[in-house]
Amino acid sequence: MTFTSRHIQAYLLLLPAFVFLVGFTHYPAIATLIDSVMSAPRGGRTPVFVGLENYQAMIQDPVFWKSATNNLWFALATIPASMAISIVMALWVNDKIAGRQFLRMSYFLPTVMPMIAVANIWIFFYTPDYGLINQVLQLFGIKSQNFLGDPNLALMSVTIVAIWKEAGFFMIFYLAALQTLSPSYREAAQIEGASRWYFFWRIQWPLLMPTTIFVLVNALINSVRMVDHIFVMTNGGPNNASSLLLFYLYEVGFKFWDRGYASTLTVVLLAILAIAGLMQFFLLDRRAHYR
Amino acid sequence: MKKLIRSVSMAAASLCVSTAVLAQTEVSFYFPVAVGGPITKIIDGYAADFNKSNPNIVVTPVYAGSYQETIVKSLTAHKSGKPPSAAILLSTDTFTLIDEEAIVPIDNFVKTDADRQWLKSFFPAFMLNGQIDNKTWGIPFQRSTVVMYYNKEAFKAAGLDPEKAPATWTELVEMGTKLTKRDASGNVTQWGIQVPSSGFPYWLFQGFTTQNGAILANSNGTTVAFDDLKTIEALQFWMDLSQKYKIHPPGVVQWGTTPRDFMEGKSAMIWTTTGNLTNIRKNAPFEFGVAMLPANVRLGSPTGGGNFFIFKNAPEKEQQAAYEFAKWLTQPERAAQWSIDTGYVAVSPAAYETPALKTYVAEFPPAVVARDQLPHAVAELSTHDNQRVTKALNDGLQAGLTGTKTAEQALKDAQVEANRLLRPYQ
Repeated sequence: MTFTSRHIQAYLLLLPAFVFLVGFTHYPAIATLIDSVMSAPRGGRTPVFVGLENYQAMIQDPVFWKSATNNLWFALATIPASMAISIVMALWVNDKIAGRQFLRMSYFLPTVMPMIAVANIWIFFYTPDYGLINQVLQLFGIKSQNFLGDPNLALMSVTIVAIWKEAGFFMIFYLAALQTLSPSYREAAQIEGASRWYFFWRIQWPLLMPTTIFVLVNALINSVRMVDHIFVMTNGGPNNASSLLLFYLYEVGFKFWDRGYASTLTVVLLAILAIAGLMQFFLLDRRAHYR
Repeated sequence: MKKLIRSVSMAAASLCVSTAVLAQTEVSFYFPVAVGGPITKIIDGYAADFNKSNPNIVVTPVYAGSYQETIVKSLTAHKSGKPPSAAILLSTDTFTLIDEEAIVPIDNFVKTDADRQWLKSFFPAFMLNGQIDNKTWGIPFQRSTVVMYYNKEAFKAAGLDPEKAPATWTELVEMGTKLTKRDASGNVTQWGIQVPSSGFPYWLFQGFTTQNGAILANSNGTTVAFDDLKTIEALQFWMDLSQKYKIHPPGVVQWGTTPRDFMEGKSAMIWTTTGNLTNIRKNAPFEFGVAMLPANVRLGSPTGGGNFFIFKNAPEKEQQAAYEFAKWLTQPERAAQWSIDTGYVAVSPAAYETPALKTYVAEFPPAVVARDQLPHAVAELSTHDNQRVTKALNDGLQAGLTGTKTAEQALKDAQVEANRLLRPYQ
C-alpha cells in the first residue's frame, strides 16, 4: 500500500480527535495501570515497583469489600427503579392531559438542581422526629427512624436520593423517543381493540429498545459515578454502611494520599465498567430494533 | 553601532523597570471556609488592608472550598511543583504536611526578639498540634473547642436551675434524665443530651476521653491509645447515654442538623463547636446558656480548627512575605475582630484585653466560655498518616454507637488497624 496524500489528509483530519483520545483517555488509563503496581510516593521518595502487593492489600481490605457490596446493591436498586419510574413518568406526560408542561418540568427539576444542594435538603427530610419523612411516618403511627444514622437504613436512604435524582433525566430520553413514534400505531391498535397494556408491551416497548439500551448504559455508569451526595449526607458512615467504590477511592487517593492503592482501585473500577459495557453491547444490541 | 548601544541600554533600562515591579512579592494564600458568615469578604478585606500597609507585598487570597478541598488543592499544587506561598489547613494535618515535605518550620523566620515574643503570645493549647520535634510548623488562626449549649427554658420546665449546667458526668445523667420528655405512646419529644457522631466523631469523643483522663496519641504521632481502658470506658459512657439511660438519640447523630435540633427544642443540651455560637445566638427562639463540657476525673475538650502554614517549595521571598502576613493577621486587635465576626476563639490572651473584645464579652458572656476552657484543653488527635488512622477510630466509634460492636471490641479493632498503619513511622 502506498502512502498517498489522501492517507495523509485522512490522518491529519483524525489528528485532533486522536490527540484528545490519547491525552485524556488512553494515557491516563495506562498511567493508572502502571501506578497500581507501584508504592505510594511519599515526601521526596520516588515510587518503587511492588508488583501485585496493592492488589493483595485490596483483597484483604474489608472496607473495599464493604464498599463493593454496597455498590452492587446500590446499582441493583437504582438501575431498574429509576428506569421503571422514568418510563411511567414519560408515558404519563406524553398523553394529552391538563398541566402537562408543569408535570414535565416538575419531573425534570431534580436533574437540573446541583446534587450537593439537594443532598443538604434531603438531610433535613431524613432528620429524626421533625424531619418531613418522619412526620409523615408518625401520622401512621410508625416510630421515628434515624435514617442516616442507622447502619441498616443508611444505604437505602442514599439510594432513594439517587433514584429521585436520576429518574427525571431518563424520562427526557423516553419522552423524546415516544414523540418520534408515529401516531398511526396507536390508531391502528385502537381500531383492533388492543388494550393499553398490550399496546405498550407489544408496540411501544420494543420500539423503545434503542433508548432503553442507551438509558441502561447511562444508569450503569451513574451507579458507580454518583457519589456527591454521600459526601454531604453520610460520609460513607455509619461505619462504612453507605460507602461506595468511588467514594472510597476518593478517600484513599485524596485523604490518605496513597496513590498506588488508589490506582489499584481505579483499575478494578475500570475493569468492572468495561465488562459491563461490553456485555450490554454484545448481548442487548442483538435484541434492539434500530430503524 | 550607536544604534546597537542604544537598544542595549534601553533593554537594560527596561530590565531595571521590571525588577522594580518584581520587588513586589506576590503571596498566594489558600483558605477554606468551614463556618457560616461572609468569611470570604472578611479575608479579602484583610488582604487589601495588609497590601495597603505593605506596598512591597501583594497578598492574593484564594478561596479553596472546605478544609478537605483546600488540602487537596494545596498538596496537588505542591506535588506539581507550584505550591501556594501559604495556606490555612487543619492543624491535625501537620504530620501529613511534614511527611509530604510540603511545609517549612515557622522558626526559620523567627529572628528578632519581637518575633520570639510574638511566637510566645498564643494560648499554649493552640500551639500543641503545631509543635513537633521542638519546631513550630503552624500558627493558630481559626481555632475552636467543643462546648455545651443548653436550653434554659427547658431547664426551668424540668425544675432545674437554669444558671447551672451539669458539671460532672453524674450530673449530666441526672439532669439529662429529668430533661428527657416522652409522649403518651413513649415517643421521645425532647432528648436530654445530644453529641453528634457523623463525619468526625473522634473530635467529640475526645471530649469524653480527656474527661476520663485518657490521651489518645503521643506527641510524636507514632502511637495511639485507642484500646486503653480509660478510652473504652469513655466510649461505654457515650453508648450508655443512649443505650442504657435512654437520654441521648440512638444511632449516629448528624453533625449538620445538631444546631437545628437544639433550636427546634428537640434536644435540651448539645455538644458542638464554639464556631456555632453566632449562628445559635441569632436563631434560637429561647434563652440559652453555654458551658464547659462536664468533668469526670478532670475537665477537658480537644482544640480544633485551622493553622497558618508556609510552603517549602515557595521562593524564599514569598515565604518571608507570607510570614509577615501571618504576624499581621494574628495581631491582638485583628484576632479580636475575627473572633467577634466568626465565633472562633481569639488566639492570644492579649486579644481578650482589647477594648473591642472586652465590650463584646461584657454584653455576651457566653463568648468567653471557650477561652476559660482552654487551660483544660488538649491537642486534637493527630498522627502520621492522620486521616487513615482517624478513620479507623471513626469507624470503631460508629460501630459502637450503632450497637454493631461492643465498646471494647470496636476500640480493639481500631487499635489493631492503627498499629498496622503506624508501624512504618515507629
